[in-house]
Parts: sequence; structure tokens; C-alpha cells
Amino acid sequence: MRVRQGVLDRGAWFLVLPALVPILVLSVGPLLYGISLAFTDAQSGRTRATQWIGSLNFRDLLHDTLFWESFRIGLVWAFGVTVPQFLLALGLASLLNQGLRLGWLARALAIVPWAMPEVVVGIMWRLVYHPDAGILNETLRSVGLGDGRDWLGGLGTALPAVIVVGVWAGLPTTTVALLAGLQNTPRELHEAAQVDGAGAWRRFRAVTWPALRPVALAITALNFIWNFNSFALVYVLTSGGPGGRTRLPMLFAYEEAFRYGQFGYAAAMGCVMVAVVAVCLSVFLAGRLTRGAES
Amino acid sequence: MRDGRGRRGVPVGVPRRTAHPGSRVVRRAGRAAQYAALLAYLAFLAFPLLWLLSTAFKPPRELGSSHPTWIPRDPTFSNFRQAFDEQPLLRAGLNSLLVALAAALIAVLVATPMAYVLARRRTRLARAVSGWVVVSQAFPFVLLIIPLFLLLKNLRLIDSPAGLVIVYVVWALPFALWMLTGYVRAVPRELEEAAAVDGAGRLRTLVSVTAPLLAPGIAATAMFAFVTAWNEFFFALVLLKTPERQTLPVILTHFIGAEGVADLGPLAAASFLATLPSLVVFAFVQRRITGGLLAGAVKS
Repeated sequence: MRVRQGVLDRGAWFLVLPALVPILVLSVGPLLYGISLAFTDAQSGRTRATQWIGSLNFRDLLHDTLFWESFRIGLVWAFGVTVPQFLLALGLASLLNQGLRLGWLARALAIVPWAMPEVVVGIMWRLVYHPDAGILNETLRSVGLGDGRDWLGGLGTALPAVIVVGVWAGLPTTTVALLAGLQNTPRELHEAAQVDGAGAWRRFRAVTWPALRPVALAITALNFIWNFNSFALVYVLTSGGPGGRTRLPMLFAYEEAFRYGQFGYAAAMGCVMVAVVAVCLSVFLAGRLTRGAES
Repeated sequence: MRDGRGRRGVPVGVPRRTAHPGSRVVRRAGRAAQYAALLAYLAFLAFPLLWLLSTAFKPPRELGSSHPTWIPRDPTFSNFRQAFDEQPLLRAGLNSLLVALAAALIAVLVATPMAYVLARRRTRLARAVSGWVVVSQAFPFVLLIIPLFLLLKNLRLIDSPAGLVIVYVVWALPFALWMLTGYVRAVPRELEEAAAVDGAGRLRTLVSVTAPLLAPGIAATAMFAFVTAWNEFFFALVLLKTPERQTLPVILTHFIGAEGVADLGPLAAASFLATLPSLVVFAFVQRRITGGLLAGAVKS
């Protein structure tokens, strides 16, 4: 029964415009403008008019070894955070789904990293990693391991150290999302499978995973994108150091744009980042579609 | 999740598989392993948080010691006082509060009507907007901030809270639409149709039937937008130059000096304070927010 649908249709524009206008003017527009800036020599604080230079920025970018290094770091960071995050969260979510006695505490604590400003998460972990006054070195010392490392300052340890922080910051959210997904899985099927004598792994493959897959894929794809594009956490932890070992693409582009004023060049970096995320996503989504067709 | 059914959930009348010897021991060991994993998780979650707290209450003497302890031997509030002395924390907190409140209110006001249309009508526009919501998550902020920076500069809105509010509204819109659409779908269409049959006009139906049912969802979305704006760092870093206008996250980074040397006590104290408001908000609406985010994810 559809009643007075026509009224909504005419009223719909009135309802939609307040959000649609800012979206178009302040989001879609600037994005297109941003992409077009990548083909110009736009700089901040310059009087000469901005000129169209075609693909020159991209050609420069191709030879910019520092950028590709930051790019590689960005991918290592994004995979290094997203994959363990997902596996740990999957394990934890099934753990919390068992109704263990301390489960409520885990769920209550889960909101904390989520609610904290990323800047504070970064500061907090700087305190943990602090070479002298940090608890990590003291703990390692007390169990006879290590001799007081400068985790964030060491060339080899900095990237792993920030990856741990990345995992910490996103683990609870991922866990809560997967837990909600698990609770949507049909219990009856589980019971039936158990009665039929299916082992834990087979029950997971046949019952849990199919129901969990939409949530799992969505959260993993989003986590990957967010991680690849992230800024604040690593900016506070290391500002990209030591020696550029943790300089994520966003940090690089930020410096290029707002320290050196190279707007056009930084916009070109943004375009390359978008392209990579798009490729990763389409591979991911293609996998999702073909597998969806199978089942 | 515990829905009153038995823990193992074997239906009545179905014979249990015959337990082979030792399976009880195996199950016990399994439980123990589960608790060990849970405790490890709790420790991993809690230990940086506890360390932040511990550091915030330590006098400088203990912070300088090379064998730090978990519990301050001589707890003090002096770090908090010093934090307020060193940086304009109060001012920054007020700036953050104003910007976040304004952004949350405007975002919700603007997004709710549109979310309603998106949820109720499967038009081409609705599909385009949902697509944009997904795509907007994939864009690195540099690509958005450079043009916005130039635009706001032309409007003389750089270094102004109004400019930041505008950016935050646009930034919060995708997720606000996402959450609200889910909430609207949860309001049964039949209720609206029943009201219409009873002779209520469309507006009347919206105001007296839909809006009250939607209110908790709107509130949750507003709080989500508030917390995102309260916590946001990148746009604030780029757009605000004068210290008196900067928001809390930006001010916090001022505690860390140019060489990365920081006064640890005040830094920890200020960080702790900066987290409290969003923590309180999230504690209230956590379930609703997770529900809303997932509703948007699963149902769209």
C-alpha cells in the first residue's frame, strides 16, 4: 500500500537539497578541483598565475624515489595493520561470543581506543615506548629481555613499533563489528552442524563465515583504506622519522603541500594514492563478487 | 548474545555424541586457553591506558627515574596545573567544544531529511549518494584539503572556527547519512502508512510518528559527529594558525617540542583531560553507534 507517494516526491528535493548542496559545493567540487590541480604548477603564496602543465607532476613523481619509498612504507603499514587486526579481531570476536566471564569488560574497554583522539593515542604510546621513562623497556628489563631500546627512534624498530600502535587503535572497533556479525549467524544452523558432528573448523567454514562475510569484507576494506590514508597517529608518534622510515604517503604529501607549498605536486600524490586504493579495492571487490556468485 | 538457551545449545531430545575418554579434560583445557587469550587481550588494551594515567600523576622526580614504576609513589596533581600553565588548554577546550557542537548540530540538521529520502526511495539520486558515501571514504584528505584551503582562503575563512565547522560538517556528512539511513529503515513504513490512512498529512506523519521514533538515532548520530570533530587533527592542523584559535588535539602536539622532547607529566595530564569528553559521550551511546554503523553497512 503506497499512500501519498506523490507528495514525498515533490517534497523530496526540499528535503534533499540542504545536504546535497554542501556535498556538491564542498566535497565533490573540491575533489574534482583537487584532481585538476594535479595538472598545474599551483603553489602557495605565489603571485604569478597558476599554469596548466599537463602530466609534468606525474612524470616528476615517477622519478621521485622518496615518494615511492613512502608509498612502499604506506603499503607495508596498511597491510601490516589491517591483516593482523582482522585475524586477531576474528579470534577475539569468537572468543567474546562464547559468553566468557570477563567478556563484558573487554567490550566496555573496547570503546576507549575508539573514543580517544588519535593524537592522544600517539602521545600515550610515545610514553609507553619512551627509552628511559617508558614502561615497555622497564617490563622487558624486568624479565631479562632487552637493554633499553629507543623503539620509535631506531631505524629498524620504528615501523614495526608504529604498526603495533595502529593495530592497538583499530582492534576493538574491528572486534566489535565482527562480534555483531557473529551474533547474526543463525544459531540453529550451528546446532544442526554440531549434531551432525562437524568439527569447529568445518562449522566455521560452512556456517559462520558465509554469514559473517559481508561485515568482514566491509570492515577490512574500510580499515585498509583508512590505514593507507592515515596521518595523525604516525605524525604524533614519529613525524615520519627516523630517516623517513615511517613517512607514510599522507605525511609526505602534507609536507609537500603545507611545508613547501607545492600544491600541484601534492595533489598529484593524492591522485596516485587514490588510484592505488581503487585498484586494491576493485581486486578485493572482484574477489567478493566471484565468490558471491559461487555460493 | 546469551539468549537463555543452553550454553552448548544442544537441542533437547537429541542424544549427545558419546564422549570419548579425556574429552572433559580437553574441554577444560580449551576453556583455560580461552581465558588466557581474553586476559592477554585485556592486558594489551589496558596497559597503555594505565601507563598514561600513571604518568599523569607522577611528580617530575619519579618521571626522571630510569626505573619507572606502575604506581606513583608520590601521586600529585601538579602535572595538571603545569599543563594549564604551559599551554592555553582551557581556551583550546572551549574552541574544540564550540566547533564540535556546531558541526554536529548542522550535520544532523542537514543530513536527517536527506537520509529519510534515501531510506524510503530507491531513486537514482539515492544510489548516487550511497555510492558517494562509499567513495568518499577512499579519498586521501590531501586531495580535499588543498582545494578547500584555497577556497576558504578566498572566503577569508582560514584560521577561523567557522571555516573548520564547514569542513567538519562536510566531513561528517557521509557517515551521518550512512547511520541515519539505517535508523530510518528501522522505522517500519507500515506505521507511517497507518497514520496516513488515518488521515494525517505527510508532514504530520513525519513530525508525530517518524520523528519520535528516529530521535534516539539522530541523537546517536549527532554524538558520533561531535566526537569525530572533537578528535579531529589533520584539518585543524592545516586550517588554524593562531594558537588562541587552535583546538585541543593541535594544542596537545605543542607539548612535544621541535626535537621531540616532551615534558612527560603535563603531556600525559593534558592528554588524559582531552580524552574525557568523548569518552563520556561514547560511554552513553556506544551500543547505538555500533548498531547504527552496522545497520548502515548490512542493510544498504
